[in-house]
Amino acid sequence: MGELIKHCAARMLSGLTLLGMALSSAMAEGRVETERVLPPEWQVKEEHVIPDNVAGWDHLWREIMIDITIIGLIFASVTLFFLWRYRRRSPDQEGSQPRLTAAQAVGWAVIPAFVFMADDFYLAAQGWSLWNDYRQVPEDRLEIRMESAMWTWDYTYPNGVKTFNELRVPAGKPVLLRMTSRDTIHSHWIPDYRVKEDSMPGRVTYIWFMPKEPGEHVVTCAEYCGHLHSRMKGTLIVMSREDFDAWYQEQGAKLQQAKAELSEGV
Amino acid sequence: MAGVLREWLFTTDHKKVGILYLIGSIAAFAVAGIMALLMRAELTAPGPTITENPTDYNVWLYFHGAAMILGFQIPALTGFLANYLVPLQIGAKDVAFPRLNALSVWLFFAGIILALLTFVMPDPPDVMWTGYPPYSEITVGNTAFYSFTVLLLGFASILGGVNFLTTITFMRAPGMGWNQLNIFTWSVFAAFILQLIFVPVLGTAVTMIMFDKYLGTNFFDPAQGGDVLIYQNLFWFYSHPAVYVILLPFIGIVFDIIATFARNRIFNYKMVVYGGMGGILLLAGEVWVHHLYVTGMPDWLRVGQMVTTLLISVPVGLLFIGLVGTLYKGAIVFTTPMLYALSVIFLMLIGGLTGIPLAVASIDIHVSDSYFIPGHFHYVMAVAGTFAIFGGIYYLFPKMTGKMYSEKLGKLAFWVTFIGVNVVFFPMMMAGLEGMPRRYWDYSHFPQVEGLHQLMTVGAVFIAVGFFLALVNWIQALYKGQPAGNNPWGSRSLEWTTTSPPQHGNFAEIPVLSKDWSPYAYGTSK
Repeated sequence: MGELIKHCAARMLSGLTLLGMALSSAMAEGRVETERVLPPEWQVKEEHVIPDNVAGWDHLWREIMIDITIIGLIFASVTLFFLWRYRRRSPDQEGSQPRLTAAQAVGWAVIPAFVFMADDFYLAAQGWSLWNDYRQVPEDRLEIRMESAMWTWDYTYPNGVKTFNELRVPAGKPVLLRMTSRDTIHSHWIPDYRVKEDSMPGRVTYIWFMPKEPGEHVVTCAEYCGHLHSRMKGTLIVMSREDFDAWYQEQGAKLQQAKAELSEGV
Repeated sequence: MAGVLREWLFTTDHKKVGILYLIGSIAAFAVAGIMALLMRAELTAPGPTITENPTDYNVWLYFHGAAMILGFQIPALTGFLANYLVPLQIGAKDVAFPRLNALSVWLFFAGIILALLTFVMPDPPDVMWTGYPPYSEITVGNTAFYSFTVLLLGFASILGGVNFLTTITFMRAPGMGWNQLNIFTWSVFAAFILQLIFVPVLGTAVTMIMFDKYLGTNFFDPAQGGDVLIYQNLFWFYSHPAVYVILLPFIGIVFDIIATFARNRIFNYKMVVYGGMGGILLLAGEVWVHHLYVTGMPDWLRVGQMVTTLLISVPVGLLFIGLVGTLYKGAIVFTTPMLYALSVIFLMLIGGLTGIPLAVASIDIHVSDSYFIPGHFHYVMAVAGTFAIFGGIYYLFPKMTGKMYSEKLGKLAFWVTFIGVNVVFFPMMMAGLEGMPRRYWDYSHFPQVEGLHQLMTVGAVFIAVGFFLALVNWIQALYKGQPAGNNPWGSRSLEWTTTSPPQHGNFAEIPVLSKDWSPYAYGTSK
């Protein structure tokens, strides 16, 4: 019991510390830098690392799964043991649960509450720091505008090129989508990159992700949007840098040419 | 015959009102269950299966969600069980306002009938039970019926709230203190506090939708200065507490059933009531943003409510300790109602614990709106709640009818249903992790989940068979059941001290209770 309390206290403490660190990192933007001497393990690393959110998500998911499986197994096995151990053996047998003293009653409320809270704060801190990775977009990025409508995804690239239901991006460069919607709410979900956010009229929302290997991924609508909600599918095509650059230049040139022809016509 | 009809139509007796609620809610459950079967049939293969028209599917899904929550679970728990049990458990002759009670049950029936019109009207509502704008305002589907159904059922709930808070506060038997209430009575008290505070918010939200769509206001249209997210905030400001309006009474009845069949005191009564139920009351209104994690709410609000949402595990954990602790040194017997009540512990464990990753905003950014969500909430609320309701029906059956149902058939129905729900809802969560979003009529771009869907359809057939067996059991027992006696379970609680079924006015003599009386006075504390 003493060991358990110590363990939980340690976990709660580390939870609070992580929570504090996540908070300070969330407020890092716009903070006035002050010169302070910190122990080495607290010093902020200077090198610029782009977080891998897919790995981060999978890691946290696994950790939470282990956590809840343990809790579930403890409760389930205690319940099953009680059901077997205290089954009624004669028709007029009655339960004989001892009355709790006031101290025991308070203890049975406060100690479990403390244990659950320890776990909650720990998970909240982990979740928060992953959240910061999801929300803080790397500086060096490709920024694409996305406008959704029933039932299509329209993408606009920085050079004005537009694509429909086909999001082409280069591998190895973070991509930021700034999203809005023409009619109702949709939700741009890329399951392979573990990221989604709603797009809606009147607001601009964003997601970012880091395309890794060249390949194709499903983009699917996750917010109910009527008749063809389930057919609102797009494709994320990750291309090698060279292929993407070639495609991008070519489309850009085509666009310029079309514009030029159009103005000549006028 | 006319006399019987008259008696039931004009009744103000809380027991008859309760049974009317039971009949209405079981009817809603059956129709909403048929919708679920239609959906499962549609999803046995990718692409169109039994309907070429996705809107058909969307209407089934709308009806399934709205009817199961608003027409079955809330009325079965806060209508049927609360009406039938609370006055008996507190030793009262009836509720405080019997005629208001009758009004509320007929409002409920009007709501059910309005909902059923879905199947005969042209362009029925296809807005899901959430009714999010702008879709609910631009669809050709009839959103007004959605709004009116919600409003009618909401009024019924508010009237019930006024009635039960008054009844429990002022009409307890002489000598009965607050700490001598049954856990179920406490849970009804807590649930109606939530209903009184939060239902008006839902009423406002659905009324604003109606105004927008039919009267030309622009509450949710950004092009005219409105905001689409206001609705979602209002809706979930009610609808998350609504989860606890369902959870509290179903946990309450499970406590009473487990105490009865373990013949044991409630473990740490005050922790359960003040820590568990009180804690849920305190947190219920501060967690709604977890339904809006991926809508673009401000980041500080999302992480803030991530912490409050995780903290819900504290009161819920205390309730679990209370439930499991009540088994400790008990004298447990496995009757049908007990099997249902015990299964709630296991269903809630799966459902509650899978809620923990969903509480974490950065995990939710992937799994939100996926099939994981319906898997999770069916376990924690839909299935656990329904099992508690069914346990409650079996538990009260001898009291309501004076007759005994068949244990054999009851247990068979239980196991068939229990296997069925696990075969449906566990694979559902797995399909969500594969990337399949909810509310899909066609999953052609997720061919990898076809096997899971076929498994779920098989499970759904099990559930249907289980429900059918339960119905057969009840109807058969109603006509041919053995006389049950006043207290077949050997319970110490007040409702079992009167006749089965209790006469009008409940008790021949109003019980007078001593200071150390308890509804759970078993064993050593006798």
